[in-house]
Amino acid sequence: MENLINLGVFIILISCGYVFGKIAEKRHYKSIINRERKFLTLPAVSGKNPVGEVPPIRRAQLVQGSVVISVDYFKRMLAGLRNFFGGTVRSYETLLDRARREALLRLKESCPGARQIINLRIETSSISKGGKNRIGSVEILAYGTALYYDIGSPSA
Amino acid sequence: MFVTNTEMVHGKTITACHGVVAGSTVRAKHAGRDIMAGLKNIFGGELKGYTELLGESRDQAITRMKAQAKQMGANAIVNVRFSTSSVAAGAAEIYVYGTAVTVE
Repeated sequence: MENLINLGVFIILISCGYVFGKIAEKRHYKSIINRERKFLTLPAVSGKNPVGEVPPIRRAQLVQGSVVISVDYFKRMLAGLRNFFGGTVRSYETLLDRARREALLRLKESCPGARQIINLRIETSSISKGGKNRIGSVEILAYGTALYYDIGSPSA
Repeated sequence: MFVTNTEMVHGKTITACHGVVAGSTVRAKHAGRDIMAGLKNIFGGELKGYTELLGESRDQAITRMKAQAKQMGANAIVNVRFSTSSVAAGAAEIYVYGTAVTVE
C-alpha cells in the first residue's frame, strides 16, 4: 500500500513537472525572442574597447542583470537517466540557455539610452547545492560596462 | 562615482591610482522563500525570491565598495569583478572588488 502511494506521488510530481515545465519554457522562449528583437540596436561585446566608429563618450557605467532559475522535476529525472547512459543532457542545456539570455536581456533593460555594452562577462554559479537536490538551481549573472554617447538617441 | 569593469573609464583619463577596494556581504535566505523555492523545484522556472535576494546583496556589496573608495579619496572604480560562493547550505557570499582611481 505504501509503495503504491509513493508511486502515485512520484507520477504526480513527474506529470506536474512535465506539463508546467513545458508550458513555462515555451512561454519564456517566446518572450525572450520578442525582447531580443527590441534590443538589436544595442550590441553587447566581450572585448574591452567599443566596436566601430564611436562618437565622444559621455558616460561609462557598470550594469548588471541576474536570474536564478530552477529545473523542473521531470527534467531532473531525465538528467538522472542521462547520468546512467551518458551523452548530452539536453534538458539542462535549454535551461542554461534560457537563463543566460534572460540575464543578458535584464542587463540591457537596466540601462535605457546606452549605445553599446562592452567587456561583457557572464558568470554561472549553482546555489542550493548539496543535500538531495543536486544541481537544483543556478544563478546567472551578466555584467558589463554601458557606454552612453554624447549625441543621438538610442532609437535612432 | 564612476564604476566600470573595463581597465579605464571611457571618455575620461585616469590621474591617480589608490589601490584595490572591495565589498562583500553574506546573506541567508529565509524560510518562506525556501518553501517557495522547494515548490518551484517541482514546476521549474525562475526563483524570484532568490533573484531578488542576490540582487539586493550585490547592491549592498557595491555600496560598501564605493564607500571604501570614497574614503580613499577616489572618484571612480575600474576593473570591477564579481564573485559568488555558497559558504553554507543556505547562505551565499557576494564579493565585489575593483581598483579605486581618480579620473578627470
